[in-house]
Amino acid sequence: MEEKELFVQGNEACALGAISAGCRFFAGYPITPSTEIAEIMSKKLPTVGGHFVQMEDEISAVGAIIGASWAGQKVVTATSGPGVSLMQENIGYAAITETPIVVINMQRGSPSTGQPTRSAQADMMQARWGSHGDYEIIALAPSSVQECFDYTIKAFNLAEQYRVPVLVMADEIVGHMREKITIPSEIEVVPRTMPEKVDNYLPFDADDNSTTPMPAFAEGFNVHITGLTHDERGYPSTDDPDVHTKLVTRLCNKILSKRNEMALIETEFLDDADTIVISYGIPSRSALTAVKQAREKGLKVGYIKLGIVWPFPEEKLLELTANASRIIIPELNLGQIYLEVDRVLGKHAKVELISKIGGALHTPDEILSKILEE
Amino acid sequence: MQKQEHPHKFMKYLRSERLPHIFCPGCGNGIVMNTIFNAIEMSDKDFDNISMVSGIGCSSRIPGYVKCDSLHTTHGRALAFATGLKIANSQQDVIVVTGDGDATSIGGNHLIHAARRNIDLTVICVNNDIYGMTGGQISPTSPEGSYATTAPYGSTDKPFNISEVAKAAGATYVAKYTTAQPVQVSMAIKDGLQNKGFSLIEVISACPTYYGRKNKIKTPTDMMNWFKQNTITLQQAENMSDEELVGKIVTGVYINKPRKEFVESLDDLIDKYSDIKSEENIKKAYMSD
Amino acid sequence: MIYLNDELCKGCYLCVNACPKQVYTPSDKLNHKGVRVPIYDVDKCVKCQLCTLMCPDQAISIEDDD
Repeated sequence: MEEKELFVQGNEACALGAISAGCRFFAGYPITPSTEIAEIMSKKLPTVGGHFVQMEDEISAVGAIIGASWAGQKVVTATSGPGVSLMQENIGYAAITETPIVVINMQRGSPSTGQPTRSAQADMMQARWGSHGDYEIIALAPSSVQECFDYTIKAFNLAEQYRVPVLVMADEIVGHMREKITIPSEIEVVPRTMPEKVDNYLPFDADDNSTTPMPAFAEGFNVHITGLTHDERGYPSTDDPDVHTKLVTRLCNKILSKRNEMALIETEFLDDADTIVISYGIPSRSALTAVKQAREKGLKVGYIKLGIVWPFPEEKLLELTANASRIIIPELNLGQIYLEVDRVLGKHAKVELISKIGGALHTPDEILSKILEE
Repeated sequence: MQKQEHPHKFMKYLRSERLPHIFCPGCGNGIVMNTIFNAIEMSDKDFDNISMVSGIGCSSRIPGYVKCDSLHTTHGRALAFATGLKIANSQQDVIVVTGDGDATSIGGNHLIHAARRNIDLTVICVNNDIYGMTGGQISPTSPEGSYATTAPYGSTDKPFNISEVAKAAGATYVAKYTTAQPVQVSMAIKDGLQNKGFSLIEVISACPTYYGRKNKIKTPTDMMNWFKQNTITLQQAENMSDEELVGKIVTGVYINKPRKEFVESLDDLIDKYSDIKSEENIKKAYMSD
Repeated sequence: MIYLNDELCKGCYLCVNACPKQVYTPSDKLNHKGVRVPIYDVDKCVKCQLCTLMCPDQAISIEDDD
């Protein structure tokens, strides 16, 4: 395939990224501001031999993509806050059954119906633990239309690699913004591996921090997949504390133990920085401008952008910020990832939040004035 | 369980190492299992091509005992999962096992929409008029006045007739029988399997432990006799008044009217708008291209 | 021949209720789980297999004598 340049919306870039990653199944339910993804998928999927289905609600959308994933497809759904709330039940199911799925959340003002056409980053904690129980997912936060494309592909690859739900935590601004993107000629895609058919095959017999190759239905494995606590055979085992401890610990550790390895971090001006602005998603754009302006004023300010927010790359961040005494984090919420940054870096640096809600993005000036406060 | 010398004729379809199953003595779920295997044997379907999906509840435990690919999902959502499973690989025959609460209370929305789409699923809805797994609460099919742990003074709710709901929503094959009629149930499941479209077989089933105990029909045998005494056919029901129909189980084929199936329509789009055959993309996640 | 698996039988007696030839009768015979498994009169059996369809616990096998 030849390299291509396109001028598209973030929503369209997500859809194109999904198809480029090999996704051939979409199930979803209309919701602002992510509806364009469903619309584009409904148009494109039949042209590449894929299936689109508009479900009766978001609960069934995730149910359908999990079913399709077990049939052997790479799958995606797209939604926004109210939809994600409904999806939590089956996201938890995907987590315990280790089903690769990708959920794109075009975040909007919330809680509840909130501000359908305005941006927010207020679902970041929900992304991690919105479903009940101990579990871990992976969440990426694109800050540009190009990243909508790139991170969606990355999301599919991570979902396959770790057999886990992966959430693309975009937002209304990035979803509706149009920018030039480059579709590269080569796209790295991680295919699924069919397990070997052996006697007494154990579908969930994984080491402590890992997962197993995922079988497909209709291949003769005769697997049993259940949301109940299950043993290595996949059979329910709901009374044995050891079985539960082993399963849930593994589900968390297969992600947490790779948090630095999979980190997707961009940095600028860190070398001598004593103040560092850490951002993720759309505020990163204003953050970088503000950091550059501060540098022009001769201030020692650095920039870190987290591409993957969950799992949180603790050790890597500690390393990168070791010489900084002040951390500033701009977020479109009242302080969510700020709490995590403070937990990890608060012992050696003063962590300050620049919170903004209501729908508008931080201006570079707002971030710059915070930098200049000291 | 150890290997048996003279196993039940359907033991070959079961994960025998998981037996005995968790169902209470006299529970209809075991009978429904038998009728599913009986139906597959009578049909033109191959057991090895069957996948099963279920929600949450006693009857939803059935697929866990069947030696096939089985997806035991979340409460009420079996049809949503089955929809994705079937669309993504329509070459497999998908049986959904669900209960009255699972299918028509928490999953009611999914039921009507799967029926509306006429997706090729064979749904076996085991209706015991009560929530067994959680200890005997009323369900959307509990008869008015029946007792349950959440209806200590008798149910004040008007019950659903699941078969009528499925028929009205657009299912193309719907039949209802009781576990006292295992041959009829088997035939209906066979017809449902062979119907290319949404089929629902409602099996009125006994929960002696909760429904029976709460409603003074104490033994499995009593419940079976109660079914037999109150079962009438659709034809008989035609000439009966609403008062006469109270407490009656109206059995028979509610509808058998094939129409265009959902996945076929989706695949038509692929045929029309691409040069790819839909089956080329089955299990595409495993392809590296 | 009738084979009744004591390990699987839960003593519901639906076989007693279903059999058109009254092959099965309740008994006081306890298996090791304390279930009163039914007793059966093989001479009355016509191998209609209704009991195997009706047995919820897959505990009965009716096989041809040979």
